[in-house]
Amino acid sequence: MNWVLDNLPLIADRTWAHLATSLPAILAALVISVPLGWLAHRYRVLNGPVLTGAGLMYAIPSLPLFIVLPVLIGTGVRDVVNVVVALTLYGVALLVRSVADGLDGVPPEARSAAVALGYPPLRRFLTVDLPLAGPVILSGLRVVAVSTVSLCTVGAVLGIPSLGLLFTDGFQRGILAEILTGIVLTVVLALALDRLLVALGRLAMPWTRAEVGA
Amino acid sequence: MISYRSVTKRFADGTVAVQDFSLDVPRGTLTVLAGSSGCGKTTLMRMVNRMVDPSSGQVLVDGEDVAGRDPVALRRRIGYVMQNSGLLPHRTVAQNIATVPRLNGVDRRAARRRTGEMMELVGLDAKLADRYPAQLSGGQQQRVGVARGLAADPDILLMDEPFGAVDPLVRSELQRQLRQLHGQIGTTILFVTHDMDEALALGDQIVLLRAGADIAQQGTPREFVAEPANDFVRTFLGLDRGQRTLHRERAADGSIVVVDAHGRPAGVLAEPDGRPDDGARPGAMADGGPRPGTQDAPGA
Repeated sequence: MNWVLDNLPLIADRTWAHLATSLPAILAALVISVPLGWLAHRYRVLNGPVLTGAGLMYAIPSLPLFIVLPVLIGTGVRDVVNVVVALTLYGVALLVRSVADGLDGVPPEARSAAVALGYPPLRRFLTVDLPLAGPVILSGLRVVAVSTVSLCTVGAVLGIPSLGLLFTDGFQRGILAEILTGIVLTVVLALALDRLLVALGRLAMPWTRAEVGA
Repeated sequence: MISYRSVTKRFADGTVAVQDFSLDVPRGTLTVLAGSSGCGKTTLMRMVNRMVDPSSGQVLVDGEDVAGRDPVALRRRIGYVMQNSGLLPHRTVAQNIATVPRLNGVDRRAARRRTGEMMELVGLDAKLADRYPAQLSGGQQQRVGVARGLAADPDILLMDEPFGAVDPLVRSELQRQLRQLHGQIGTTILFVTHDMDEALALGDQIVLLRAGADIAQQGTPREFVAEPANDFVRTFLGLDRGQRTLHRERAADGSIVVVDAHGRPAGVLAEPDGRPDDGARPGAMADGGPRPGTQDAPGA
């Protein structure tokens, strides 16, 4: 407990760094997954390749990826961008399938009603298909959020700041409190983000909480 | 006015849904396309707003071939009401009704006002405006569907089995109100159904279709019942089973009840003291709300 009280600024710093790395990755994964998921949903020929390809990305071990990425994208080994890019790739790997499944699940009568009413295609996608796929996409996004927050700690092995540095440092210096703080805060952060997404989902998709027959 | 000119629709898999079909739907009438599922009636209806394009032939709206019109703009000029209401589940009643006006760029306040008018027109309680479709009964959903179809004040309203999924009592009430509404607003309505009772109750003109959209008979409800063109029409009407052959019976209170071949009362014959003559026109069976006879006939 004393260790925590003595190191509050350090903990705040690491938490901030952790968020600054994982949040952009989660957001980027969402932005990239929507068009990819749409392709898989819209073109049956692309369905297999896109979804399998995305799934395989998740099979790439994270440590080698952190080492290979700087070579591929021309960043320094310790650059935080590597971690953001790697986490984005893992996020996309998980999320593309949710987006495709969500779009597949849009009720066909809602879609043809939108056509009959005179929605232009892009507007129909953005204001009918996407919101109706929302609940499925959201559940995928929650998994991505939690997994990203947890994976983010791996960057600590390369010395990139995150809550993960609390375990590596604590381990090297034999400070149990520091290790525990790192673990607990990672879990708390993941849970908080998950709760936040659920709350945002309820705000953005009010029809999902409307009670039937109310 | 909608005109089909030798329209054929062949789908990619080779099925011919519509073969050389021609028909005029006069302005301001309610025309019913009736037939079993798979006869091509929905395909025909969807050609009007270009959800389906014919393989050959033309569909004209007010003399102009729809093939030359932008589908999105065309659809916003034509109301569409579908089975199971087709409401957008993520939008409230008010938002659903305001869809086309909003797509056309009408501002929020004007759209809201229009929504209120439409809800009143179709008999929806204003309190339902902020509900989601899943919170409504089947009958209410269909009313919202009709209100949405009419919100942009279209010249043509397409109705694809709109009352197919509601219970019989609500259905006959919706039919009665649709007739009344049609008299009030005079929109040209093209109505698809497989239910001949519904066709008889609603149509100014009925077009009964066989497979491939082959016209078995075209005429008024009266003509259908009085002069069925062939055995197909007789079977479809239920005439071959005697369901529409009526005879008179005297009820316990002395009134004369009209009864079909199964002994089901169809109505009360007019009394000399001037009670309404509900049973005179066969097509009028569902004209007066709940069928006379099933509820009102004293001898039933």
